[in-house]
Amino acid sequence: MLRYTLLRVLGAIPTLLLVVVLAFLMVHAAPGGPFDDERVLPVDVAANIQAAYHLDEPLPAQFARYLSGLLHGDLGPSYRYRDYTVAELIRSGFPLSLRLGVLAMALALLVGISSGIVAALRQGSMLDRMVMFFAVTGISIPVFVVAPLLVLLFAVNLQWLPAGWSGASGAAKYILPVITLALPQIAYIARLTRASMIDVLGTDFIRTARAQGLGTKVIIRVHAFKPAIMPVLSYLGPAIAAILTGSVVVEEVFGIPGLGQFFVRGALNRDYTLVLGIVIFYATLIIALNLAVDLLYGVIDPRVRQR
Amino acid sequence: MLPAVKLIRILLFLMVLSGIVACGSSEDASSSSSVLNRGLSAEPESLDAHKARSLQAADVLRDLGEGLVSFTATGELTAGAAESWEVSDDLLTYTFHLRPDAKWSNGDALTAEHFVFAINRLVDPATAAFYAQFLEDVSEMKAIDDHTLQVVLARPTPYLLSLLTHPATFPMHPGSLAKQGENFARPGDLVTNGAYVLTAWIPGSLLTLVRNEHYWNNANTAIDEVRYHILSQETTEYARYRAGELDITSAVPSDNFEEVKRVAGQELHIAPVLNIYYYGYNLTKPPFKDNPELRQALSMAIDRELLVEKVTGRGETPAYSWVPPGVDNYEPTQLSFAALTQEERNQLAQTLYAEAGYSAENPLQLELRYNTGDTHKKIALAIQSMWREVLGFEVVLVNEEFQVLLANIRDKEITQVFRSSWIGDYNDAHTFLNILQSKNAANVSGYASEEYDALLERAAEQVDLSRRRLYLEEAERVMLADYPAIPIYFYVSKHLVKPRVAGWGDNVLDYHYSQHLSLKAEQ
Amino acid sequence: MKTSAGLLLLILLLAIVGPWLSPNEYQATNFDAILQAPGTAGMHWFGTDDLGRDLFVRTLLGIRITLLVAVVASLVSLIIGVSYGAIAGYVGGRVDAVMMRFVDTLYALPFIFFVILLMVAFERNFLLIFVAIGAINWLDMARIVRGQTLSLREREFVDAARLTGVSSMRIIFRHIAPNLLGIVAVYVTLTIPQAILVESFLSFLGLGVQEPQTSLGALVDAGVNQMEGAAWMLLIPAALLALILLSFNFLGDALRDFFDARQSQ
Repeated sequence: MLRYTLLRVLGAIPTLLLVVVLAFLMVHAAPGGPFDDERVLPVDVAANIQAAYHLDEPLPAQFARYLSGLLHGDLGPSYRYRDYTVAELIRSGFPLSLRLGVLAMALALLVGISSGIVAALRQGSMLDRMVMFFAVTGISIPVFVVAPLLVLLFAVNLQWLPAGWSGASGAAKYILPVITLALPQIAYIARLTRASMIDVLGTDFIRTARAQGLGTKVIIRVHAFKPAIMPVLSYLGPAIAAILTGSVVVEEVFGIPGLGQFFVRGALNRDYTLVLGIVIFYATLIIALNLAVDLLYGVIDPRVRQR
Repeated sequence: MLPAVKLIRILLFLMVLSGIVACGSSEDASSSSSVLNRGLSAEPESLDAHKARSLQAADVLRDLGEGLVSFTATGELTAGAAESWEVSDDLLTYTFHLRPDAKWSNGDALTAEHFVFAINRLVDPATAAFYAQFLEDVSEMKAIDDHTLQVVLARPTPYLLSLLTHPATFPMHPGSLAKQGENFARPGDLVTNGAYVLTAWIPGSLLTLVRNEHYWNNANTAIDEVRYHILSQETTEYARYRAGELDITSAVPSDNFEEVKRVAGQELHIAPVLNIYYYGYNLTKPPFKDNPELRQALSMAIDRELLVEKVTGRGETPAYSWVPPGVDNYEPTQLSFAALTQEERNQLAQTLYAEAGYSAENPLQLELRYNTGDTHKKIALAIQSMWREVLGFEVVLVNEEFQVLLANIRDKEITQVFRSSWIGDYNDAHTFLNILQSKNAANVSGYASEEYDALLERAAEQVDLSRRRLYLEEAERVMLADYPAIPIYFYVSKHLVKPRVAGWGDNVLDYHYSQHLSLKAEQ
Repeated sequence: MKTSAGLLLLILLLAIVGPWLSPNEYQATNFDAILQAPGTAGMHWFGTDDLGRDLFVRTLLGIRITLLVAVVASLVSLIIGVSYGAIAGYVGGRVDAVMMRFVDTLYALPFIFFVILLMVAFERNFLLIFVAIGAINWLDMARIVRGQTLSLREREFVDAARLTGVSSMRIIFRHIAPNLLGIVAVYVTLTIPQAILVESFLSFLGLGVQEPQTSLGALVDAGVNQMEGAAWMLLIPAALLALILLSFNFLGDALRDFFDARQSQ
C-alpha cells in the first residue's frame, strides 16, 4: 500500500511539471509585458523596473529562478498587485471561490435532484412541465445574461439584496452570486434525475416492489433513489468544471475578489507570476483530489492496488 | 452507491461550514457616523507612492498623503503640507515653509527631511519607480531646517507647483520604511500625512480609509470613513450606485448613455478634462512615412462632430488641436481645416487621397488597431464607415488586447493606424507637447521634427511665461501641419454623485479629494 | 426530435437566405437611425444597434458564425477524440493505460484558464477560437470512444479481420470507427451547445470574433448593456441563442434514446 501511494505521488510530479512548463511558456509567449502602459516609460526607468523583477534575464534563467522559488514554496511577488505576493492573493481569493463553488454545487444538487424526482413522479403533470420548462431555459441562457438581470430585479428595483460584494455585510451578498452560479447546474441535474428516475421506475424490480404493496415514499427512498442519481454523480466532474468557468463571470459581474477575477485581471495585465500561480494551484488541487479518491478506492478495494 | 450518499453529506456539511465561516467573517456594518462609498475603476497597483502608477492609485494616495502643494475642490492650487513659499526672481529656487503643526498619522512630526528622503528614494534605481524622472528638472532638494525646504531647478519649470501635488512627490516616513522594509504600504503599517489613513485593503474588492486624527486640517474634514469599492465593470458600478450602495461612481456606463441621463438627471456630473483621445500613425513605415497628404486626408474625412454627438455622446469636445482647451496660460493652435465645414473637408480629403495615388480601383489597404473596449469599438466602427463613405476604402479593424496593442505600437513594425490617448499629468501644455519630441519614449508615432524639438527647447529656456507660451504655441502649429496623428476628441470626466454628497467640484484634472466632501443629513 | 431538427434546419435556412430578404448590410452604420426599435421603418425588422446597424442582418450573421464556430470546434474535438480513444481502446494494455493516464492529466488542467491565456496572447483569430474550443472538448469524446472500442474489439467481425491479417490501423479506421458512428453522432450534438456557450463566454470577456463580424454571443453581450433602454438588442439574439441550444440538447437526447433503444435490441 505504501509503495502504491508513493508511486502515485511520484507519478503526479511529471504532470505538475508539465503544467508549469506549459503555463510558463504560454504567459511569456503573450506579447507585451506587465509594465507596458499607454504612458510609455522612459527607457532607463523601464530598464530599472525590468531589472527589479528579473525580467531582463533570458527566459531559461527566468524559468530556473521561478522553478527554484516554486520548490521552496515561493510563488513570487505579484506584478499587478505590487504590495502583495501571489501566495497572499491566492490565500485571500481561494476561500471565496471555494465557498461560492461549494454553495452553488450544494444548491444545485439539492434543488436539481429533488425537483427532478418530483417531476418524474408526476410525469406529464403541470408541475412536471414547469420543472422541465425551467430546466431547459436554465441551460440555454448564458450566466452573463442571468447575473445582470437578477441584479436589476432584486438589487436595483426591489432593493431586497445587495447588488455587489465589497462592503456588503452578512450572508445576503452570497445569495445572488450563488443562485446565478447554480441555475444552469440545477437545470441540468433536474433533467438528468428526471430521465433516470423515469427509467428506474419502469424497471421490473420497482414494479415488483410496487406490486408487493410498498408505498411510493419507501420505494423511492429504499430502491429507486440510488440508481436514479447515478448519472448525476458521473456528471459531477463536468459540473465542477462548469462552475469554475461560471465563477469567472460571476466574480466579474458582482465584483467578488475570488481567484477567477484575479486570473482574468492577471492574464489581461500580464501578471506572469499571478497567472502561473493560479494555474499551478488549481492543477495541484485537482491532481491531489484525484489522488485522494484513487487512494481511497485502493483502501476499499484491494484489486485496484494490485493493478 | 455508498459514495453517492456520502458525497452529498460531505457537500451539505461543507455548505453549512462555509455558511458559518461566511457569517463569521462578514465585514462590520458601518459603525462610524459618516461613511462615504466611492467607486474605483481599477485596483491600485500599489499604495507605495513610488511603485504606483495608475490614476486610480493616485486618487487613493491623494486621500492618504499630501504634497507641499494641493488643490481645492474646483482645481485651484492651494497650500498643502507647506503653508507658504517664495520663488526667486530667476524662477530657479523655491523655498517652502512647512506647517509647524504638520504630523504623520502615527503622531510623529513631519519635517523637511522627509521630503528629501522621499525624493532620494524616488530617483534611486533600486526603487524602480515609474515616476523616477517626474522631477527631472529639479537639480537639488534640501532641508534648510525642520520646517524649511529648498527646491533648486535646473531650468525654469512654471508647472513645478502642479507637479508637487502629485503623489510621486509626497513625503515618506523613513521610520516605517526602515521597520517594514518594502512591504510598508499595508493597512496598519502605512504611515501617511494626509487626511486619511488606510485601515483595510481586500485586494480586488475594497479599500477602507479612516480619518487621520493627526492631520493638520482634521477639524475641517467632515467624512470619517471612506470606502473605495474596486469595480472594474461600469455596468456593475452603475447597478450598485442605483441600489444605493455607492455615493460616487468613478465612471458612467458608456453604452446606453441616454438612459443613464434620464435615470440619473442632476446626479450626473460631466466636465472637460485634460485628456486627448487620438489615433496615431506609424510614421516609420509606409503608407504614412513621408506621406503628409494621406495623413491629412484620413484626418479630414473623420466627422468629429458627428462622432461626439452620436457615438460617444457624453459632452466630449471634438479635437482640432493637440493640447486640450482649458490648459493654464495657453491657447491651443487649431488644425488647418478646423474652420471648414465637413462637406468641404470631405471634398478636400478626396482630392488629397487621389493625389496620394489612391482611387476606387486602387484603394488604400489599411489596418486599424484598437484595444478591447465598448467605446473604442464603436469609434473604430464609426470611423471605418466614414472612411468608407468619403474615401471609398475599407479599413480592416484589428481588435487586440491592450497589452498586445501596446507591444505592437512600441515595436512600430506591423502597426499602421492605432488607437491611443494621453492624460495630462499636470496643468500645462508641456505635458502634451513633450510626448511628440523625437527622443521621448512616449512618442508612439515616431514623429521626428527638428524644428519642433528646437521650439520646445527654446520654450523650456524662457523665464518669461508669455514668451514661453509663444514658443509652445508655435511648436504645436508646426506639429499639427505635419499631421503626425489624428486628434479625435477631448475627454470629459463622468461621475454620478448622490444628492447627499456636498462639496463636489468639477475640475480639469478630475481630482476629487474626499476631505473636501461632506454628507448632508438624510431627509 | 423532429421538432428540434426542423427548428434547427429552419434557423439555418434563415441564416443562409436571410441576408437576401433585407436591403441592409451587416456592417453599414446609420447615424440617423441609432437604437431604432423593431419595425418596418428602414426595413429594420429586428431594430438597430447603437451605431444604427441593422440587427436583422447582424443577427443572421451571428447565427451563421456561432454555428460555424460550434461545428468546427466539435469537428476538431471529434477528430482528436475519436482517433485517440479508438487507438487507446483497440491497442489496450499498457498503451491504453498510459494514454488514459494522459487524458486524466489533461483533465487536471484548468482548461478554461488556458483558453483565456490563448485568447489574450495572440491576435484575435477565427481559427484559434475553433481550435481552442475544440481542444477543451475532446477529452470526454476520447473516454467514451475508448469504452465503446473496448467492447467492439471483442466482437466476431474484428476477430475475423484480425485473423485474415488486416493491419491494426486498418481495423481501427475501417471496422471499428464506423461502428462508433451512433455514439459519436449523439456526442457531437451535445458538444455543439457546449461550444456555443464557451464562445459566448469568450465574447463576454471581450475575446470573441472581430468586429464588424459578430456572433450570437457577442450580440447578447452587447444587448446586456442596453437591456434597459433597448431591450430588443438583448431579447432577440438571446431568444435565438436559447432556441439553438435547446434544439441541440433535445436532438442529442433524442438521438441517444434512439441509439440506446437500438443497442438494447
